[in-house]
Formats: sequence, structure tokens, C-alpha cells
Amino acid sequence: MIWGVLQFPGSCDERDALHACGLLGAEPKLIWHEDGDLGGGVDAIVVPGGFSYGDYLRAGAIARFSPAMEAVGEMAAAGRPVLGICNGFQVLCEAGLLPGALLRNEDLRFVHRQVELLADGPKSPAGADNSAHRLSIPVKHGEGRYWAPPETLDELESRGQIAYRYAPGQNPNGSVADIAGVTNEAGNVLGLMPHPEHAVDPLTGSTDGLTVFRRLERVVA
Amino acid sequence: MPRARVLIRPKEGILDPQGKAVERALPALGFEGIEHVRVGRMVELEAEDPARLSELCEKLLANPLIEDFEIETL
Repeated sequence: MIWGVLQFPGSCDERDALHACGLLGAEPKLIWHEDGDLGGGVDAIVVPGGFSYGDYLRAGAIARFSPAMEAVGEMAAAGRPVLGICNGFQVLCEAGLLPGALLRNEDLRFVHRQVELLADGPKSPAGADNSAHRLSIPVKHGEGRYWAPPETLDELESRGQIAYRYAPGQNPNGSVADIAGVTNEAGNVLGLMPHPEHAVDPLTGSTDGLTVFRRLERVVA
Repeated sequence: MPRARVLIRPKEGILDPQGKAVERALPALGFEGIEHVRVGRMVELEAEDPARLSELCEKLLANPLIEDFEIETL
């Protein structure tokens, strides 16, 4: 599978995303946001973290109008893997490819720390043993408070679209229901605030981030 | 060209930490009795066709999921 990584003016995590995708197999491609052909063809795409267009207006609001994002929308509709990380998650929400929105952190502080995530978190996290699905991945964001209307949250729960939750007591931003990442209904589009591309090498303390990429590769396998 | 002003604010019921922070700072400055501070933003623009402003707000200036907007033509 060939991964492509988008680059907007103001992206800053595309290099780590390329490195992570490279560890999965084929040589990934870096794709400038004006390239509506997505580098001539890729099988999966990362919308990386950073501050596209300086986060002007709202984080992700302007990046969603780029030619590459139109092509990403087509990939999403075709069932190809699309991974939005941090600012990329904000872009996917703004583009309507994922439900909900990311708001300013509850305490107004930019958070930057390692957090524990529960993959496919249970509906009542306190009661269940999730040791097998616990991931250690860093967050770094100022606008990561996931929010969706109650009826949308009910749908996300019942359809199993809440892919990642912050472990109990580790919610860094006030996200509703401790939500760290969600998928679309089909499961091929995933957005999350933590940075799996920064957790792919034992040198930085965790390689759990690779499981996030592999999860999407499995969707189309 | 006709001028317009768009006011965008967080929807009722959505926590606005900026507004809360402002509210908490006020007593220290001697401003008592001020509540429910909400911080939004204002966009001023000139538009050839003001009839299209609503669409513009829904697509770009505001995120209708989390924000309300009001258009005032000047």
C-alpha cells in the first residue's frame, strides 16, 4: 500500500508522517495541497498535523478547500484509508468527512504530553480491562476538545465509530466522552488528536502509533 | 460595493472557555456583576451580491455545527 501525505502551507508534521508510512512498507509520497491528482496515485492518505493556513478563522477551515482535499473526499467515498492527525482531524471535520468539531481546549492551554489511549474504548471505560488495547501516544494541541451533538454521539457509540478514547483521568482537553478519535460510518476515514506518527520508534518511548496506521490498512485488506 | 458585518458566536450550550476566562478576570479589575460572557468574532466585508452572504457564512465564515452567525448589511 502506497501512502501519500498531504502538505499545506503551515503543516509541520508531514516529515514524521512520511517516516511512519515508510516503516509500513512502500515508499510514501509527499503531496502538495494544490495537487488534485494526489501525486499521480496513492492507496491511502494522511492529512497531517500542524497549523494549515495559520489556523486562521478556525483550525482546518481554509485547508478543506484545497484541490487535494477534493481528491481526498473522493478517496474517502471510494473506501480508501484516510487518516487525519491533529490539524488533519480538524480539516476532515471541517470538510464534513467526519462528524463533530474540535474546539478550544477547556482550560485554554496548549497541551503537549504523552497520553494513554484505549482503542475501541468500551462504553463504560471504568469497568472493563483494556490492557490489550492500550496505546501510549503523544498529544500536542490547543484546539482538541472534541464535540458533537448528543444525537450524533449516540450514533457514534452504537455504530462503533469511537475509535480511540483517552484512558480514564487522561483527557487533556475536555473532549466529550473522553473521545480522542472517531471514524466515519464505513471505518475507512479516521481522525484523532494524538500523534501516532510521533510514536513509531522505540527511541521516543513507544511504537504504538504504528497500530493506528495498520488499523486503517486492515480496513481495505 | 455594499458593506456588511458578520457576527459569529459559539452556540448556546457549547462551553466557551475564552468567555469564562474573561469573566473570571473581571472581578480582579473591579468589574462586578458581569455574567455569561461569550467571545465570538466579527468579520467586516464588502460584497457585490449580499444575497450570497448566508451561503458564505455556512460554508466558511462559521461552522454551523458549533457557531451561530448574524449578517448585518451596512
